[in-house]
Parts: sequence; C-alpha cells; structure tokens
Amino acid sequence: MTQTALDIAADVRARRRSAREVVDEHLATIEAREGEVHAFNAVLAEEARRTADAVDGSIAAGDDPGPLAGVPVVVKDNMCTRGIPTTCGSRILEGWRPPYDATVVERLREAGAVLVGKTNLDEFAMGSSTENSAFGPTGNPHDLARVPGGSSGGSAAAVAAGFAPLALGSDTGGSIRQPAALCGVVGVKPTYGLVSRYGLVAFASSLDQIGPFASTVADAAAALDAIAVPDPRDSTCIPDARPAYVEALQTGADGLRVGIVEELTEADGVEPEVRNAVERAASVLEAGGAHVDRVSVPSAVYGISAYYLIAPAEASSNLARYDGVRYGLRVEGEDVGTMNARTRAAGFGDEVKRRIMLGTYALSAGYFDAYYGKAQKVRTLIIRDFARAYETHNVLLAPTTPTVAFKLGEKTSDPLAMYLSDVCTVPSSLAGHPAMSVPFGTGADNLPVGVQVLAPPLAEVIMLRTAQALEESVR
Amino acid sequence: MSVYEAVIGLELHVELATATKLFCSCPNEFGAEPNTNVCPVCLGLPGSLPVLNARAVELALRLAEALDFDVPDRSIFARKNYFYPDMPKDFQISQYESPILSDGRLEVDGATVGIERAHLEEDTGKTVHMGGGGRIHDAEHSLVDYNRAGVPLMEIVSRPDIRSAEQARAYVTELRGVLKAIGLSDVKMEEGSMRVDANVSVREAGAAEFGTKVEIKNMNSLRSLGRAIEHEIERQSAMLDAGERIIQETRHWNEDDGTTHGMRTKEGSSDYRYFPEPDLTPVAPTDEQRAAVRGALPELPAQQRSRLVALGVPEAAARTIVEAELTTYTTSATVSTATTADVANWVQGEVLARVNAEDADPEEKLPAARLGELVDLVAEGTISRAQAKEVFDQVWGTSKVPREVVKDQGLAQVSDEGELAKVIDDIITANPKESDAYRAGDDKARGKLQGFFIGQAMKATGGKANGQLLKKLLDDRLG
Amino acid sequence: MEHVARLARLSLTDDEAERMVGELSGILEHVEDLAAIDLDGVPPTAHPLPLVNVLRADEVGPTLDREEVLAAAPDAADGRFRVPRILDAP
Ligand SMILES: [Mg+2]
Ligand SMILES: [Zn+2]
Repeated sequence: MTQTALDIAADVRARRRSAREVVDEHLATIEAREGEVHAFNAVLAEEARRTADAVDGSIAAGDDPGPLAGVPVVVKDNMCTRGIPTTCGSRILEGWRPPYDATVVERLREAGAVLVGKTNLDEFAMGSSTENSAFGPTGNPHDLARVPGGSSGGSAAAVAAGFAPLALGSDTGGSIRQPAALCGVVGVKPTYGLVSRYGLVAFASSLDQIGPFASTVADAAAALDAIAVPDPRDSTCIPDARPAYVEALQTGADGLRVGIVEELTEADGVEPEVRNAVERAASVLEAGGAHVDRVSVPSAVYGISAYYLIAPAEASSNLARYDGVRYGLRVEGEDVGTMNARTRAAGFGDEVKRRIMLGTYALSAGYFDAYYGKAQKVRTLIIRDFARAYETHNVLLAPTTPTVAFKLGEKTSDPLAMYLSDVCTVPSSLAGHPAMSVPFGTGADNLPVGVQVLAPPLAEVIMLRTAQALEESVR
Repeated sequence: MSVYEAVIGLELHVELATATKLFCSCPNEFGAEPNTNVCPVCLGLPGSLPVLNARAVELALRLAEALDFDVPDRSIFARKNYFYPDMPKDFQISQYESPILSDGRLEVDGATVGIERAHLEEDTGKTVHMGGGGRIHDAEHSLVDYNRAGVPLMEIVSRPDIRSAEQARAYVTELRGVLKAIGLSDVKMEEGSMRVDANVSVREAGAAEFGTKVEIKNMNSLRSLGRAIEHEIERQSAMLDAGERIIQETRHWNEDDGTTHGMRTKEGSSDYRYFPEPDLTPVAPTDEQRAAVRGALPELPAQQRSRLVALGVPEAAARTIVEAELTTYTTSATVSTATTADVANWVQGEVLARVNAEDADPEEKLPAARLGELVDLVAEGTISRAQAKEVFDQVWGTSKVPREVVKDQGLAQVSDEGELAKVIDDIITANPKESDAYRAGDDKARGKLQGFFIGQAMKATGGKANGQLLKKLLDDRLG
Repeated sequence: MEHVARLARLSLTDDEAERMVGELSGILEHVEDLAAIDLDGVPPTAHPLPLVNVLRADEVGPTLDREEVLAAAPDAADGRFRVPRILDAP
C-alpha cells in the first residue's frame, strides 16, 4: 500500500524524506499508469516540483510549511486554479484559465500540500460514471473496462491508482461517495456549508459540497482539517469554528447507536453483495459495542425525484453564463441570441443539455409548483424524517451505491438508469447532512464495495469515528 | 367624448450610495475606465459567489423609517433568469416574492401615495452600440462594460395612487428629496443613478375598475417623465374615444418626437423562472439594526420645510431651499426670526444662483454666519438692499467680512437724523411747487412725490441716505 | 420543447430535440411519484442551512486586471467585450 498523507507529512516535516522525492515518486506512478487510467485533465508536473522545492526550502529554513507538508494532492477540474486551465470537463470552458484560486485550493497550498493535477469529471459534475467528460472517460483502476463512478471519477481513480494520497472532489448528489465506493477509497461529503464553495464551479448551489478522497479515514480527516474553515467569500459557509478532525478521531464503536436505513438498503437494484456489506458492517459495529437496529426514513424513496428536479433547475440557471460573451468558447452568429444558442449547442454535451432543458422546464411558468416547488417541499420531508431518525441514533448506515462498478458504456444510453444509481446518496445531499463512503470488502467480480455512513449536520466527528471502526475491521 | 381619469404607478430604480457593489467589493463609482471595476463575482466568473453588502441593508432600513415601510422578518433574494449580454450571469439577483420593505407611504402635497414595496437588486453592465447610428437594433455590434454590473439598486414601486403627470413629478421630487436626505442615493437622473418607469392607464372618471396599463420606459428627466405621461394619457384617451382597445405593453418614450412607441419583444421571452437564490442567505433585520438606524435618521424634507416655515420662511421659499439642500445653511444664517424671511430670500436668490452656477458648497464660499451679518446690516439700516448686493458680490468666495467691507468702503448709509434733516429742508426750499403739491395731495399723489424727494436726497448724499429715515423726515415736514 | 430550448438558449437539431423529448418524458414520468405525496402545509426548503444575515462590510477590495480579463474573452475591443448585434430589448 502506498504511503498515507499523514505519514508523508510526518516524514517531510521531520526531514526523513524531501517533498521533492515524494512528488517525483508520485509523478513516476502517474507516468506509468495515467495513460490507461486517464484520471487527469492536466498533470501539473512542473508546478508540483516547484511547490515541493519551496516546501523543502521552507523546512530547511526552519519554517513549518503546514500539516500537509509535501503531500501530493489532486483536485477535481471544477475547482478554480489561478492561471491553470479549469475545464469542468467541458468544451465550453476548454482553455479557460481562472484569474483566481478556489478557497480550498488556497487552503491546501497554505497547509503545505503540493498540487499535482486537475482530475477528470463528468461535464460540470453531471453524471455518475465520468463518461460525460468532453475529454474522454476515466477508467476504474481496479478494472479499466469499468467506470470509476462519478462525477468525481478522476479524483477517486487518482487515489485508487496511487497518483496522490489525497484528492478533492465535489458531491452534489453522491459525486464523491459513489466513485469512492466504486474505486475502493474513502470519500467524504461534509455537511453543506462546512467547506467553502468559493471557486467551485457551480452545478447545483444548494447541494454542492467539496470533500476529500483518501485511502484512509485519518487522511480524509486531515484533509478536512485543511479545507473545512469559515470563508467570508461564501455566504453559505458556516461561520463557526470546526473541531480538529484528526485530533478528534477516536477508535471503537462502543456506545454508538447505529441505524440501518431500511429504504436505502432495500431499494430496488441494490445487489445482494452490497446489502450484505451493510449487514456485515452493522455486525462489526455491534461487536464493537454499538447498538444496532433498523430505522425508517420514509421520504428517502422520493430522493431521486426531488433531486432530479432541484439539481437541474439550479443548474439551468448556474450554467446560463456560458454564453460566449466573457470567456470560454464562442461560436459566431449574426446576432447575440444566435451566437449564445450556437455556442451552448456546440460547447455542452448531451447530459448537460438534458439537465438544462429539464431544469428550465421545471422552473418555467405553469410548471414551477408541480415540479420545483414540490421538490423543495419533499426536501423538507426528508429533513424531518432524518431528524426523527437521529433522535434515536448517532449515525446511520446504508449502501453507498446499489452495485459495484459497472462497465464503461453500460448505462450511457439510458439516462434514467444512470440517475437511479444515485438512489442511496441523494437523500443526505437534499438534507445537507454529512455522509461518507468507506471501503468495506468486495462484491461481484471482486470489485470494491463501499458502505455509507450518514450523520446529522456537523456530526463529522462521530461519522469519521464510525468509518474508522469499519476501516480497522477490514485492515 | 368621455372624461377620463389617469391612474399612474411609478417604479423607481435608484443606485445606492455605497462604497462597493451589492455582492462584491468592487468600487461603486460612476465614470471609471471600462471594465476596471470588476472582479470574479461581478463578472460572473465560474465559481464566484455573492456576499451581500451590509450597507445596502442599512440604507434600506433607513428608507423603512423614512417612508413608514413594514420590514418583513425575512426577505429573500431570487434569481430572475433571462439572457442578456450586459448581465454577466445571465440572471439578475433581485428580490421577488419577499422584498426587504413592503407597504410604505409618502405624503405628496397633502395626498398620500402608497408604496407597495422596495427591494434590493443588482444593476446590469452598460452596452454601447457601434455602427448604425448607435441605435441598438441597427448596430453592427455592441461593446459591453461591466463596471456597473452589480451596482446596488433599490427598486421602489408605488401603488397606482397617482392621478396626473404633475402629481407624478411631485412624487418623484419628494421621494428624491427623501432619498438624498437619508443618504440612500445621490439620485442623479441624468447620470442614470435614478431611473423611472411609469405604469399608466386611463378609465372613465368615476369608474371603479382600472383600465389596461401600459408601461413607459426611457424617461431621463423629470420633464420627460411629465411629458411622457401626458402624452400617454392623451394617446390612451384618444384610443378609447375611437372605440379602440388598449393593449398591455411596454412603450419607449422618444424625447425627440415627444411620443411613446411600442418596444420589440419576443413572444414568450419573459418567463423569468424566478427561484430563491441559493448562494445567499435570507435577510432578517434584527431589532438592534433597526434601532441603530432609527436613532440616526436625519431630518426629512417635509420636516425641514415645516421647521423653516415655523421660523418664518415663506412656504414657497422653504420648498426651494429644502430641495436645494440649503436648510442647514439657511437656519445657520438666521440670527433672529425677525430677519428669517430676508435670509430665506437671499438663500433662494443670490446664494442658490451662485451655488448652481459654481456647483459650490455655500458654506465654503460664504459662511452662513456672514450672510446673517449681511442681512442684519440691511435690517438695522446700515446699508440699503442695493448696497447689500454689492457687498455680497465682494464677500462671496473671499474671506472678507461684510461689516468690514461696509466700513472700509464707506458704504454705510447716512442715518444721522440731523444731517439728513438739513438735506431734506434744502430740497423742500429748492422745490416749492412739489412741496405744495405734496401737502395738498392725496395718498396716491404723495406716493409719487415721495419718490421725487427721496431721489433728490439720494442724489445729494451719493445714494447713502437711509431711505426709511428720509421717509420719516419728509412726513414730519410735509405731512 | 421549442419554447424551453429558447428559454435555455440552446439550438437543438431536430434529431436532438426528438431524442430529448423521449428522455425528458421518461424522467418526468419517474418524478410523477411526487404527485401522490400529501404536502399540505409543508414549507419548501430552499437552503439546507438555517443561516441568515450573512453580510459583508462595505469596504473596497481588489479588482481584476483588465488586460487579463479581456484576454479571456472570445472577442474584445476598446477595453470592452464585443458581441454581435442585439436584437431584443432586455
Ligand atoms: Mg428591477
Ligand atoms: Zn466585483
């Protein structure tokens, strides 16, 4: 197994290894395997070496470059990086270089991490397989003929392939948790508002949340420590201080009250191996002293419907700005309206167009109440149902995704089937609650299976503790 | 022909006098080089997010106090979605279902105009049209400057309580005075920091139902607002007389030909798909915020006017002075109520003319206390009104003191009774015919002859004689 | 479909439009399950967070360099973004 981020940082800070050495090793791994995995839209070898040298320089000068000193990180290519192309996997932004860094990118730099690349994604984070990238699909490092999941497939694959111990993704309806499960890594979607969205190219603003991928729960906690800070540039970023997640990590499940979410575990399409993994996870926790039972979150079954109205509606508005006027692609036209429409037709892929159309429709006069308005009310029901479940439980368990990684191309012709694969992840997105996927054994074809740990708002500490208990049991 | 009554509602957009834009920290300033006051937020760059300017909320709360608005517990921003190149995100962040202020009112010449709502929203960028004479549709291409994009606007929507073009102008004038007084905006219609749209309909006098309303845009002065409304009332009345139906539409005022004309709109294009702005939190003004504003609210134009009138300023002069923002100057120049009307006269006359011509701060050009001194010099009889004008010319914009100017230049009137009595006696002796006529004449004849005697006396004293005293002496001798 | 495409400023080919109609109606059929829920008196949730009054002090901050901004534009002239002629009023 590759070294963890925490080990690397400890070694670099203690001068047992140089940051440069660490980065060169990872760049070599990338060199060897990126051709077949295609996790990246851009590998920033030169910049990474430069940053690593600066980290080494500051250590030599007696300074502390931060808790992630010398740790190679990759970020999903929908997070702005100053002067570095940020494509969102779309032709419409090909070549665009943001004039600013996303807050999370700033935070990673301040923590001493070394940015190694921008990872592939479904165009504008819309998808569950990373096949919707304008720059080609990413392969699952466990089986290159299969998808890594999505939309943060590039980040998940990068961690699974050992390209970097840490990656950032964004999760709107499962886009961190689902690829984490399919690639056999840890993926955390924090509470909505825990991590600043400033500089994250918006898909669905009331759902989008940035979070880490890592090979261990402790590393994910370390990444959270770096990126989960208040940010006055994001009005929806919670202004209160966060706990120190690595420090707060405890072991053991003793005394935890754990509920298995019936509606998600029994949902249509959940494979027996996956259901089995959830049951086994519950037993592990029970054996560790937790009290486990089943719990109902009745409205969770409406999650997909509510999600596929709210997210496209917000997206239709968020993506209006790609009009060929200020940045990105332009396809000329004799008047501005024609130019806008041609640019968007040429620049957006099918899935993005589909969601823009769906969202525009859901918001349009005469349909708002039946679609968007109703979905927002369902959102309230889901929040209420979760609140009830959390009155008696500390954390909940569910599958992350109904199946193991599916084959490339298997679902591309059936958008609805693709959407249904988000069934287990969207409810906590709609509620704004934290949830994470932790690798828990394998399923069909010896492919990774993830178990999802759900927690109440801002209960990341107990969520991470539960995940760590599961991680220890399979180690 | 029927008699029609106009029903008018006005929508004002005013730019707030903040240092920065509504959702980002770019300067809110007029006239900067194109596209220099821009940042990721107001350019709508991918990944950028809005954060609300606290000052905009504070100004809204001031307006609430000034116009007796209700402040809802919670107001929310919404996105108004439509494509237009001057709008960086292709949606405008505005308020829709829940504005920050609702149900206010403004007294305009004794009538109350209800104000339905006032809400915050962002302005758009500015487009110039190249080729085709600068007109939008004929242009070959257009150029966009986003400096104005994101500038805070307050949209103030009146109820349809206005009944004439004149009242519409009065409403805007009064409202403008309020907005200026509370520091909400500098409300320069010509620079575009205030824009007015009018909803106009007509109905048969006495009818209870409203007629079909037409929205008029593009009036860029108070004068064109009045003209446009008058024209629209005539146009609609003529249509109704001819048995035609008014269609609900937006019409553009054309300053050159003095008419309104329909605007090109694409069918079905105005489906704005409003939904709550997910990137902003609700605004929920606290009691502390409201109390802080209440304590700091300056005097409004109506209050200023009544204070001036109570001091002895005539109603019309008070109106002019308040509109010209010379209330404080006037009250500082007023030493005693006996001379208030004189001070007001000077302020709305000479002072205002100078202020307008020189775009000057009067306090800098002539401290109010010195104007008061000048007025006193006339009141106490030291100098005449004519002399006072001379003195004013000499003290305005200099550091000279009126009393000293009078002394240095020997401008003081001759008020020595003995000296003037001799002058009068000499004139009476020299003009026996006129003297007799005065003695025998009625009031009218005397009035005429008084001018003659005083004129002679002024001539004899080089214009320095105290006129009041002369009149008294003349009366003593010939009355 | 045409109306929605116009609102969304997307020029779709006939083929695309036809395919889209099929896909969207499938999705809309699926979301019909919401119609059966009793949502009487349930308030909508627009924000998953209870935050209110997030405000920023009215203080001027940095602006972007105009050359950098315009360099990213597909077309610019005279310090401004250049667009083809505009047919509609806003
Ligand atoms: Mg408006
Ligand atoms: Zn700005």
